[in-house]
Amino acid sequence: MSGPSDFQPSNPALQWIERRLPIMGLVHSSFVVYPTPRNLNYWWTFGAILSFMLGMQILTGVILAMHYTPHADLAFKSVELIVRDVNYGWLLRNMHACGASMFFFAVYVHMLRGLYYGSYKEPREVLWILGVIIYLLMMATGFMGYVLPWGQMSFWGATVITNLFSAIPYFGESIVTLLWGGYSVGNPTLNRFFSLHYLLPFVIAGVVVLHVWALHVAGQNNPDGVEPKTEKDTVPFTPHATIKDGFGVACFLLLYAWFIFYMPNYLGDADNYIPANPGVTPPHIVPEWYYLPFYAILRSIPNKLAGVIGMFSAIIVLVFLPWLDSAKTRSSKYRPLAKQFFWIFVAVCILLGYLGAQPPEGIYVIAGRVLTVCYFAYFLIVLPLLSRIETPRPVPNSISEAILAKSGKAAASIAVALVAASALFLGSLQDARAEEGGPKPPANKWSFAGPFGTYDRAALQRGLKVYKEVCSNCHGLSYIAFRNLAEAGGPGYSVAQAAAFASDYKIKDGPNDQGDMFERAGRPADYFPSPFPNEQAARAANGGAAPPDLSLITKARSYGRGFPWFIFDFFTQYQEQGPDYVSAVLQGFEDKVPEGVTIPEGSYYNKYFPGHAIKMPKPLSDGQVTYDDGSPATVAQYAKDVTTFLMWTAEPHMEARKRLGFQVFIFLIIFAFLMYFTKKKVWADSH
Amino acid sequence: MTTASSADHPTRRDFLFVATGAAAAVGGAAALWPFISQMNPDASTIAAGAPIEVDLSPVAEGQDIKVFWRGKPIYISHRTKKQIDEARAVPVASLPDPQPDDARVKAGHEQWLVVIGICTHLGCIPIAHEGNYDGFFCPCHGSQYDSSGRIRQGPAPANLPVPPYNFVSDTKIQIG
Ligand code: FES
Repeated sequence: MSGPSDFQPSNPALQWIERRLPIMGLVHSSFVVYPTPRNLNYWWTFGAILSFMLGMQILTGVILAMHYTPHADLAFKSVELIVRDVNYGWLLRNMHACGASMFFFAVYVHMLRGLYYGSYKEPREVLWILGVIIYLLMMATGFMGYVLPWGQMSFWGATVITNLFSAIPYFGESIVTLLWGGYSVGNPTLNRFFSLHYLLPFVIAGVVVLHVWALHVAGQNNPDGVEPKTEKDTVPFTPHATIKDGFGVACFLLLYAWFIFYMPNYLGDADNYIPANPGVTPPHIVPEWYYLPFYAILRSIPNKLAGVIGMFSAIIVLVFLPWLDSAKTRSSKYRPLAKQFFWIFVAVCILLGYLGAQPPEGIYVIAGRVLTVCYFAYFLIVLPLLSRIETPRPVPNSISEAILAKSGKAAASIAVALVAASALFLGSLQDARAEEGGPKPPANKWSFAGPFGTYDRAALQRGLKVYKEVCSNCHGLSYIAFRNLAEAGGPGYSVAQAAAFASDYKIKDGPNDQGDMFERAGRPADYFPSPFPNEQAARAANGGAAPPDLSLITKARSYGRGFPWFIFDFFTQYQEQGPDYVSAVLQGFEDKVPEGVTIPEGSYYNKYFPGHAIKMPKPLSDGQVTYDDGSPATVAQYAKDVTTFLMWTAEPHMEARKRLGFQVFIFLIIFAFLMYFTKKKVWADSH
Repeated sequence: MTTASSADHPTRRDFLFVATGAAAAVGGAAALWPFISQMNPDASTIAAGAPIEVDLSPVAEGQDIKVFWRGKPIYISHRTKKQIDEARAVPVASLPDPQPDDARVKAGHEQWLVVIGICTHLGCIPIAHEGNYDGFFCPCHGSQYDSSGRIRQGPAPANLPVPPYNFVSDTKIQIG
């Protein structure tokens, strides 16, 4: 890309433009004829995957912003309405929320690839530093985006992270006030976070252009870490790299779609389905998984200021990497020691991530400190030392020579990775769940589980009956409208039935022309009313604890599954923690408090409720609700039916999600195969 | 780039390229659909557009009220005998948008004119009981409508539209 392009379009109109703005020449030289090292492996496609994900996040983000309301009173509701009412809103939201995780996953692979193959070394230092800047911007953007839904985790995450700045001596408090725009995290904070969350991706895109520019000046690094010398070492970017990247993106899309369609809440925190409440803090405040290693470093240093400095230095140290590692050999492929330390470093990062998700107590704190030391030691001791003492293996003279000598060396690094992964498994089998005590809710069989799960219509109708006759005395369903009862994928009522159901309810409306509030019969467009006029009244009627709204209860009450399980859950698609929990709590009441357990006055013993003292009296007993379809009138059946119903109220479009997901998967698999064979054809000529 | 091995199977190779390209095009086009479809009114907006009922009993002769349906102002005028006669006296053929008055009101309820109060020129809201024709006047660019809501003068090309409505009882209508 150095020097003026010799690209000349044949069309005179294009020639006219090209003479005045040589943009086609730029594209041609950067993305068509650009010489690409021919030994690039698939770790190099993550650059393209990242460009794709950035585009995806901007596109879905711009669209979500069309439906989102950045106001403390409305933000949570607007997100819920996006998912429930906007056409394909659930899809766009999942794409954006899971997309953030995919983006970070890809950037970590991209960074580790750079680390392993020495892509930061001379002459690519600026390229690397630009990358670190992009990563910092991504972290800021991701954090502010997570705040926007204004759930419990959003609110408390924002509080905790902004409070980091209060560690700064002298100015800390004023800086935090400046960030908040108030006395605490509140509406001004949300407003500015929204503005910045919208702005920063475009800044990222700008730095990405610089990053790619710097890349094209220095040329791409490659797995052997030798610069291309002759024509034989390279292939033209198009079609070779283009098709290979295309195939990489297609495979990545399969993973992405798995999350979007089958595991949309896998990476999220259940507490974020509870609206932000400045008066109650969740038991554990945990950031999104991609910040966990840094969060662990923050917590393992017992001094506030030092912790913050430690956390930020963990990222800033990357900037100095080109000078910390002064080894002449670029690629760890030819550095036997560096290779091993690299994998140890990867394991350290993953373990730190695991610790970041654990409560900061006992063994976790000690382990966190040890690993924090290891993390910094890798950059500050191991790499500088290695570059002095290590004798690298001989590097091939050229890329084409390296290709000819290619053998099964890859197996070694895979073996090391496997060892690291299994060490992870063994190292953390003692489960963090133990400390919460009490039995775990038993796993039920739900008709809606799995990739082809659908709601049992009869159970939905019975569940609605139980809700109406029992639960609705205390709990509202404020995100469900009567019209939803007649929608596809719901209890299967007709429009007329839903309207008739609605008209049984008295809805407060007004003010009318006389300025008075009045009551009228419910209409399909109305939402299920809450039995209390406001939260204070609900509290007063229930001994101080406001009964939560039930629209999201099955999402907001899921429990963590602990280390080994969450890995299996990814494959088995186990997403039913919430319903399992709700149905267990409904059945977990016991009249006799067991020996040795004391519960406060005015509360009831429940086997499955955390702490076992629940304020809600036993709501269900056998025979309480009559079923006309012959189903047993037992507590177990009621619990199952009402939980099914509440699952539907939490996600009315679940069936559409799974159905579309199946179609998308069929398409993507076929597409990935086609891409693979096309890629093989294109590359067949150049080996 | 063409070597013997690939030139051997030109058709197979071409088929692969075309199939991959076609799959990419189909996938891309299908993926566009949700991105476009989200701009359409959402379910709560559609539900809020359900029919409304309006009680006419408080509207005296010569008066009119404005109600909103689907975000649009609807004028309901209780026309006087004079207004009805004026509207019926005009030769229909002479109108820019010819329409007899009885096609614009419900038979047996001639005193009630129900129109969407949005000027057919560029969408401003005309003022009732103004202008030269005892009807509506749009101040923006000077369109004048008569007591039947028909365009008589000015740049607007068409009569004020009549929304779908019907009489539930003598003093109650349902719009929508
Ligand atoms: S909009 Fe009414 S006259 Fe132009």
